[in-house]
Amino acid sequence: MAPITTVHYLVVAAALFILGVIGVLTRRNVVIVLMSIELILNAVNLNLVAFSRMWGLHGQVFAIFVITDAAAEAAVGLGILIAFFRNKETVNVDEVDLLKW
Amino acid sequence: MQPVATTFFFYFLSALTVLSGVLVITQKNAVHSALALIFGLLAQAGLYLMLYAPFVAGVQIILYAGGIMVLFLFVIMLVNLERAQKEEQFNKQWLVGVLAALALGGLLVAVYLKGGQLFPQHIAQPVESSNTQEIGVMLYGNYMFAFEIASLLLLVAIIGAVVMAKKRI
Repeated sequence: MAPITTVHYLVVAAALFILGVIGVLTRRNVVIVLMSIELILNAVNLNLVAFSRMWGLHGQVFAIFVITDAAAEAAVGLGILIAFFRNKETVNVDEVDLLKW
Repeated sequence: MQPVATTFFFYFLSALTVLSGVLVITQKNAVHSALALIFGLLAQAGLYLMLYAPFVAGVQIILYAGGIMVLFLFVIMLVNLERAQKEEQFNKQWLVGVLAALALGGLLVAVYLKGGQLFPQHIAQPVESSNTQEIGVMLYGNYMFAFEIASLLLLVAIIGAVVMAKKRI
């Protein structure tokens, strides 16, 4: 078989990214939408670490910062979910329509 | 130490990651999605190990799989998802969404196929025994400002999450 080059890792990261985008665009459950966003962030991380093998450790440092930001964003997003669920008793994205005109 | 069976491990771990990604977006039960995502994160940590990034792999396992996903599971337990499981899982625009995402995927694949020879074939193998020390030197050297901003961001996120989830402010 062909040796594993960087492009192999990029294709895997692209597949994860597309799966995350499909999850964000099609699911109605807010928790699963948030988990699809985590999939997208993981795809970006894989891209960064794959490129850092060629061009120095900057990619890995960036990946660590992305993981930190993902943690902060997940915490705040889940806090918003809890606050919304307390008011409306639903986790359906279609029912988040208080600002609709 | 010489890498062994690189091809097999790459395809095996990539298949696990992509399969768990598919399971995340298609499962009806949110706990099943969370468990599939944990599995995918662990497989991705294996991919990081293959890319000579042991520190990022460790951070992924401890922080992502052991912190963020546990937070997700706690919130799934707090939020009552019984009724959401019986409803329709995919929204009305699912076909347009899938087509748009596949168009984006086709664009990415075209870019990789055309530009595949732009990447140098021989990759300098970084020393993995001093990976953590070198990342530490970079974090406290070049990226000191970003490091401090990241800690400030985490503080703001903690305060924000507590305020959002409180019953009475």
